[in-house]
Amino acid sequence: MEKFSYVNATNLEQVTSLLNDSGWGEVMVIAGGTDLLGELKEYVETPKTLVNLKTLPGMDSIAADATGLKIGALTTVADIAMHPTIQRHYTVLAQAAASVATPQIRNVGTLGGNLCQRPRCWYYRDETVDCLKKGGEICYAVEGLNKYHAILGGDPVYIVHPSDIAPALIALGATIKIAGPEGEKTMAVEEFFTLPATNPFRENVLEPNEIVVEVQVPQPKPNTKSLYLKAREKGAPDFALASVAGVFEMSGSTCNTASIVLGGVAPAPWRSKEAEAALTGKMISEAVSKQAGADAVKDAQPLNDNEYKVVLTQNLISRAAMMAAHA
Amino acid sequence: MASWGEASESRLIGKRVTRLSGKDKVTGKAKYTFDINRPGMLYGRVLRSEVPHATVKGIDTRAAEALPGVKAVIPLIEIGKKLRYQGQEIAAVAAETDDIAKDALRLIQVDMEELPFVVTESDAMAEGAPQIREDWNGNQSNPNIREEGTLEAGFKEAAVEVEATYHTPVQTHVCLETHGHVAEWQDEQNLTVWASTQAVFGTRNDLAQHFELPANQVRVITEHMGGGFGSKFGPGMEGHAAAELSRITGTAVKLMLTRKDEHLVAGNRPSMTQHVRAGATSDGRLIAYDMRGHGTGGISSGAGFQAPYVYHVPNFRTEKVNVAVNAGNQRAMRAPGHPQGAFAMDCLMDELAEKLGMNPLEFRRINDTSEVRQAQYTLGAQEIGWHRRNSMPGSGTSVKKRGMGLGSGRWGGGGGRGTEARVTINADGTVEAVTGTQDLGTGIRTAIAIIVAEEFGLAPTDITVKVGDSAPGLPSGGSGGSQTTASVAPVIKTAAAAAKQKLFERIAPLLAAPVEELRVGTGTIYVVSDRTKTITWAQATGQLGMESISEGGQWDEELRQGGVAGTQFAEVEVDTETGTIKVLKIVAIHDCGLAINRLTTESQINGGVIMGLGQALLEERFMDAQTGRMMNANLEDYKVPGTFEIPEIKSIVFDTHRKVTGIGEPPCIPTLGAIANAVYNAIGVRIRELPLTPDKVLSALAEKKA
Ligand SMILES: Cc1cc2nc3c(=O)[nH]c(=O)nc-3n(C[C@@H](O)[C@@H](O)[C@H](O)COP(=O)(O)OP(=O)(O)OC[C@H]3O[C@@H](n4cnc5c(N)ncnc54)[C@H](O)[C@@H]3O)c2cc1C
Ligand code: SF4
Repeated sequence: MEKFSYVNATNLEQVTSLLNDSGWGEVMVIAGGTDLLGELKEYVETPKTLVNLKTLPGMDSIAADATGLKIGALTTVADIAMHPTIQRHYTVLAQAAASVATPQIRNVGTLGGNLCQRPRCWYYRDETVDCLKKGGEICYAVEGLNKYHAILGGDPVYIVHPSDIAPALIALGATIKIAGPEGEKTMAVEEFFTLPATNPFRENVLEPNEIVVEVQVPQPKPNTKSLYLKAREKGAPDFALASVAGVFEMSGSTCNTASIVLGGVAPAPWRSKEAEAALTGKMISEAVSKQAGADAVKDAQPLNDNEYKVVLTQNLISRAAMMAAHA
Repeated sequence: MASWGEASESRLIGKRVTRLSGKDKVTGKAKYTFDINRPGMLYGRVLRSEVPHATVKGIDTRAAEALPGVKAVIPLIEIGKKLRYQGQEIAAVAAETDDIAKDALRLIQVDMEELPFVVTESDAMAEGAPQIREDWNGNQSNPNIREEGTLEAGFKEAAVEVEATYHTPVQTHVCLETHGHVAEWQDEQNLTVWASTQAVFGTRNDLAQHFELPANQVRVITEHMGGGFGSKFGPGMEGHAAAELSRITGTAVKLMLTRKDEHLVAGNRPSMTQHVRAGATSDGRLIAYDMRGHGTGGISSGAGFQAPYVYHVPNFRTEKVNVAVNAGNQRAMRAPGHPQGAFAMDCLMDELAEKLGMNPLEFRRINDTSEVRQAQYTLGAQEIGWHRRNSMPGSGTSVKKRGMGLGSGRWGGGGGRGTEARVTINADGTVEAVTGTQDLGTGIRTAIAIIVAEEFGLAPTDITVKVGDSAPGLPSGGSGGSQTTASVAPVIKTAAAAAKQKLFERIAPLLAAPVEELRVGTGTIYVVSDRTKTITWAQATGQLGMESISEGGQWDEELRQGGVAGTQFAEVEVDTETGTIKVLKIVAIHDCGLAINRLTTESQINGGVIMGLGQALLEERFMDAQTGRMMNANLEDYKVPGTFEIPEIKSIVFDTHRKVTGIGEPPCIPTLGAIANAVYNAIGVRIRELPLTPDKVLSALAEKKA
C-alpha cells in the first residue's frame, strides 16, 4: 500500500472537517478496516490520510427499548449477531449479521463499514483494470466473467452490493443517521443506497465529507416473522450468490404485510415490490410463494454466466415465505 | 531375507503414533521457512509481468535503486525476450523491509511491446488465434495417439454406447506456505538456504550448479514445510533470485512468494476435456473406448490425463493434444493426470451401467481386474450402506435429495534407491536417526522414529530424528510419487538393525550369552533362552564408554513393493432449490502395503479426500479473455474447502501385505468421480463439468425440467 498519515478521530466535527473539500479518495475514514485494508493493499485506493473512526466515543453500542433499536455505526457485526433482543425480535438482522464472513471479521468489522463497503467485483479489485466504476470506459463484467454479477438494476455497472446487513435493515424499515458539515440528517436505509444509473461510481448517497453515525430500527409489530436466507458456494467466508431478507407480519398463515429485500443480485439492496404484492393479504401456500418468487425476477436481465441467479432468487423467496408461514 | 515381521510381533509399526512435530506445529514453535529470520536480513520481492504477452524492450531500475533502504535490484529477464504469461519474472529487489521492497517494485519502469494473447483454451483453439508458441503448429501440439485392440470390432460387439464430453478446469496447488527461501552466504564459497521445498538435496544440487559451487558447499535446510503437492522440487527463479540478492548484498535475504504469485506462477494441475465414445456388451463388459481430448498447462504441455483409467477395456484409441495459452505453467500436482482422468472414467462407467440397467457397482466388478479393489468394493458398499442407495436416480419429491456414488484409483509408489541414512546409539542411551529426506507434512519424521524405536525396544519419542538438512551429507530423493516412506524406511530399518547387531556384540559377554540369543524387550535387552538375564537399555549402552555405535543402511527390495488400489464411496445431499451440494460422508478405502504409522496414514487419506472434494465442488482458475488476467488469484474467489465443506470421512487403511508402498497421492484420486456420481444419483441429471457449483446444478435441473 502507499504511505498515508493516520488520525484518530475525537469528534464528528473534526472528522467532517478533515474530510471537507478533499473529494473522494484523498482522505478516507477507516473503522474495522476489514474491507478498506484489502483495497489499500491492492492499490485500489491510495489515500493520503486515514481517519480512524474507532476512537469516536459512544458509537459502538446497541440500545434497545419498546420503540426499537439504536445501533451505533461502530458496533461490530458480531455484537449485532449475538444480541439477544435482536435475535428474538429482529431475527432477520441477527441472521444476516451471523452470515457475514468469519468470526474474526465479524469481531472487527463494523455496521458502518458493512453498509459502506465497496464492491467485490474482481475487475474492480484488480488495480490494473480501469473499469467504468473507476472512471474507465467499459464495464468488463458485461462481456467478461460475470458469474457473480447483477441480474437486476445493472446497467451500466453490474456489481452486486456485497452487504448482508443492508437488505435486513431495509426489510425492517430502518433509518440511517448521517453526519456532515451541516450537522446530522436521517433517512430511510432504502433511500441511502443508489443504483448505477444515478451514480455509477458510488453505491450510496454519502458525500465525501459525510459519515454514517447510527442506524435506527423500529420494533416490528407483534406476530412478525423475519428471516434471512443466503445462498453461497462455500460455507464461510463467502458472499451471497443471492439472498433474501424477509419480514412478514402474519395472522396464522395469512400474510398481512411482507417486506422482501434481495441481496447479491443487484448493485444495491433490491426491494422487490412485486414479491411483496404477491404475498400481501394472501394465505401463504406453495403456489402463492412460488408466484412471489416468479414476480420478483420477471424483469431480470442475466448476463452470460449468471442466469442461475434468476431461479435461485425465485426459490429463495418462495422458501422464505413458506418458512415464515409454516415453519 | 529381510522382513518387517508379523503384525502380531510389532509393538509400534502399524499402530497409531502421534506425530512427533505435532505439538510444535500447533503451538507455533515449529519454524517454517517463513519464520526464519537472520541477523540483518533483507527482504526480497519479485516484479512480475502484469500483461500476458509482451516483448521486453527495456528495464529501468534507477528509481528503485535510489529508494532509501533498497540494497539491490537485479533483472530476471533479458531485453528482447518475451513475457508469455501474467506473473512471469522481470526483476527482483532486496530491501531493508518488506514494505520498501514492495514500493521499490513499483518504481521499476518496464518498457514493453504488448503482443496479442490467448488465455482460454477455446480462444487458443479458435480459427485465426494468435500463435503463442513458435515451435507448434497453431496453439496445439501434435496429437499423442495410443491404440490397442480393434475399435471397430469392439463397437460391433457393444450392446450400448455412451457419447459424452467431460471437463475439469485448471486447479492450482494452494500450498499454505507459499514458495520461498531465506538465503545466506557465509563467504564467497559457502551458501546456506532455508527452503520451503520437497527436495532438500535436489534444491542443493540445483543451487550448486547455478552458482558453480561444489555441491558440499551449499547447505539446504527444511525443518518444517507447509505443503508442496508436487510444486516444490527445486529453488526455481525465486530461489535463484534470493541467493543472488544475498550474494550481491552480502546479507541474508528472505524471499517468499505472495499468494497472488503462488496462484500465477507456482504451478497448477492442467485442465482436461475429453470427448468419449464408449461401448459395453449386454453382459456388462466394457468393450470399446474412443477418446479425443485436450488440456492446457500454460505454455507447456497439459494433456497428461489418464484415459482410459483403472477398468479394463480391450479395444481403445486415445488422442490427446496439449493446448498452449498465455498462463502460468503446470507442475506436477498430487497424482498428476489421475484425478481428472478418474473423474471422466468413473462418470462414463456410471453412464454405461445405467444404459445397461446395471448397478454401477456390479458393472465395475465385471471390468476391474484388481483383486484388491474387488475386496475394497465389498467393504466400501457395506460401510456406506450401498443398499440404501436411490435405485431410481433423481426420484422423490423432496427438496433435498440424497444420492450415493463411487470412484476408483490406482498408483505406483514403492520407493527407490538413493537414500543414505545413519542410526547412532550413544553411550548415554540416546539414539539419533539422520537422513537427508524432508518431512513434506506426511509424517516421515515420525515413521523413522517408529522404525528405530521398534528395532530398539524404545518409544518413538526416545529417538531424535534429523531430517530436512543436507549438511550431514546423507542424501535422499525428493518427496514425489508417493515414494518417500518406501525409499527411506528400508534404509532406516537396515541401519537400525546393523546398529542393534553392533550393540548386541558389545553386551553379549556381559550377559554371558551368544549374540543370536539376544532380543530387545521394552526398554530392555534380554536373553531369549533365559529371561532372568535382562539388562535395561541404559545399562546396555553404558557399556559403550566414550564411543558411539553409528551404522548406515541399505535399500532393500524385500522391504518394499509398488502398486496400490483405492476406492471411495460418497453420500451427498443436494438442495434442489439452491443448487448447493453437501457431502455427507466419504468412505475412503486405500491400501498402501505396510502402514508404518496408521494415524498419519489416515491423516494422509483425510487430506487427499479434502483435496479431491475441493476439486469436485469448488476449485477453478478463472482467466479473463479481455485482459488476459487471472481474476481469482487470491483465496476469496479461488475457493478451497473450509470446515463447513468437510464431511464425515471414514478413512480405512486396507491391509494387503507387509511391505512399504506409499499413500501420499492416491487418496485424492477417486473422490471427484464418487461425488459426481452421487450427485447424479441424487438429482437424476448428469453434470459433466467440474466444479459442481450451484450455477451448474441449477442449470442442469432447469434443463431436466424443460
Ligand atoms: C474475507 C471477507 C469476507 C467477507 N464476507 C462478507 C459477507 O459475507 N457479508 C458481508 O456483508 N460482508 C462481508 N465482508 C465485508 C466486511 O468487510 C464487512 O462485512 C465489514 O462489516 C466492514 O466493516 P469495517 O468496519 O471493517 O469496514 P472498513 O473496512 O473500515 O470500511 C469499509 C468502507 O466503509 C467506509 N466506512 C467505514 N465506516 C464508515 C462510516 N461510519 N461512515 C462512512 N463510511 C464508512 C470506509 O471508508 C471504507 O470505504 C467480508 C470481508 C472479507 C475480507
Ligand atoms: S461491475 Fe462495476 S466494478 Fe465490475 S467491471 Fe463492471 S463497472 Fe467495474
